Amino acid sequence: MPTPLVVSEVAKSFTMHLRDGITLPVVAGVSFSVKKGECVVLGGPSGVGKSSILKMLYGNYAVDAGQILIEHHGQLVDLASAAPRSVLEVRRDTLGYVSQFLRVVPRVSALDVVAEPLLARGVSHAEAIEKASDLLEKLNLPRELWQLPPATFSGGEQQRVNIARGFITDHAILLLDEPTASLDAKNRRVVVEMIVAKKAEGVALLGIFHDEEVRDAVADRILDVSAFSPRKVAA
Amino acid sequence: MTTVPLLKVNDVSKFYGGRIGCRNVSFELWPGEVLAIVGESGSGKTTLLSCLSTRLMPTSGVVEYHMRDGQYRDLARMGEAERRFLMRTDWGFVHQNPADGLRMTVSAGANVGERLMAVGDRHYGQIRATATDWLRRVEIEVDRIDDQPRAFSGGMRQRLQIARNLVTSPRLVFMDEPTGGLDVSVQARLLDLVRGLVHDLGLSAIIVTHDLAVARLLSHRMMVMKDGAVIEQGLTDRVLDDPREPYTQLLVSSILQV
Repeated sequence: MPTPLVVSEVAKSFTMHLRDGITLPVVAGVSFSVKKGECVVLGGPSGVGKSSILKMLYGNYAVDAGQILIEHHGQLVDLASAAPRSVLEVRRDTLGYVSQFLRVVPRVSALDVVAEPLLARGVSHAEAIEKASDLLEKLNLPRELWQLPPATFSGGEQQRVNIARGFITDHAILLLDEPTASLDAKNRRVVVEMIVAKKAEGVALLGIFHDEEVRDAVADRILDVSAFSPRKVAA
Repeated sequence: MTTVPLLKVNDVSKFYGGRIGCRNVSFELWPGEVLAIVGESGSGKTTLLSCLSTRLMPTSGVVEYHMRDGQYRDLARMGEAERRFLMRTDWGFVHQNPADGLRMTVSAGANVGERLMAVGDRHYGQIRATATDWLRRVEIEVDRIDDQPRAFSGGMRQRLQIARNLVTSPRLVFMDEPTGGLDVSVQARLLDLVRGLVHDLGLSAIIVTHDLAVARLLSHRMMVMKDGAVIEQGLTDRVLDDPREPYTQLLVSSILQV
């Protein structure tokens, strides 16, 4: 059985051309893999490069060196070198991402924001809306908010919309960037249940969780990102 | 199913005498893909758009289009009549100023219906029904169908221009600063509309804009132009979140946060 996500010798730095071209190393020699049904948690102090790793894996950050191999429709795709249209295809069908903050689109209702990933995969509107409603219900988002654009929602409400959007598909790999950061205890427990359910379905999860209780509940192992920090090596 | 690019652009340059319009631009546009061309005024993005859409003849280079019959055609070698037919049916062009894309002194319904007649529709009732349907889709009150666009607001005119362009189910739409002259609330409505239509109709589009937020919202892929050349391109998220080139970093860091 192939491993859905393999990261090999990945390195990343930022060159700040507006600051006299100084180079900020972020991570180097990042190598790990995530198996089906496993939840790996990225650990280490703030600023060590955890979010950067997720952003590279999702294609938002370019990679200086190394490979990010994703099993997509039975074939391996190297996201580090894939063309934009392949990256988009992998995102549509295989690789999901729950970011820390919701990017709100004017005039689009919460329900439609959540349903969109299913619609993009050709699921009928009625079915997508039904599934979106189920998820928002489960996450205790008040019904009167469903038809409103999330721009005016509180942080926790926006985050729940974001989680619903990320969990609505059956993507084989899911990246989670602090999905419970602004949630209350009750809703944190709901998210933990949802993660456990994804694991049972065989989804490979990679996440950042600062909340210890959540981390202990979902993590199969913790990957210490400071081991990949080039600054530490230099120090 | 194998898909092939809709548009193949190979080494296109345009010089105005000794001055550079755009130079050595190559890329492919795939079906369903939305490409944003960004850059400041004078960077060559509108010149490039004009070369791609045959409104200007490139000085050198080749632009090929995948016709509905499955053949690639070199646009520069197409006859004038054929090119006009393509522009009126399989392509759309949304101008920054709606007055450039609309006929201001005929009714809104006729503006939409005209393109249908170009593809051979002759049944008045049907043309009117389709026009009505499109006005509704772009959120123009149906009772305005007999009014001239002169009597419309800027935002309505722009939406009418979009309806006029999309009524023939084009496969490729060019847009030149489609939200340029509109205030932000009107912009948001238009962007949402364009985003929905592009998605529902599976359109390919090339959008020239200097507004990076517009590019983020609408495009899959982005090309950044400076002094006539494409200096950086890639997935829209990647270019905006991790700009590599000095000029792109300057552009991204100059966005005002609200």
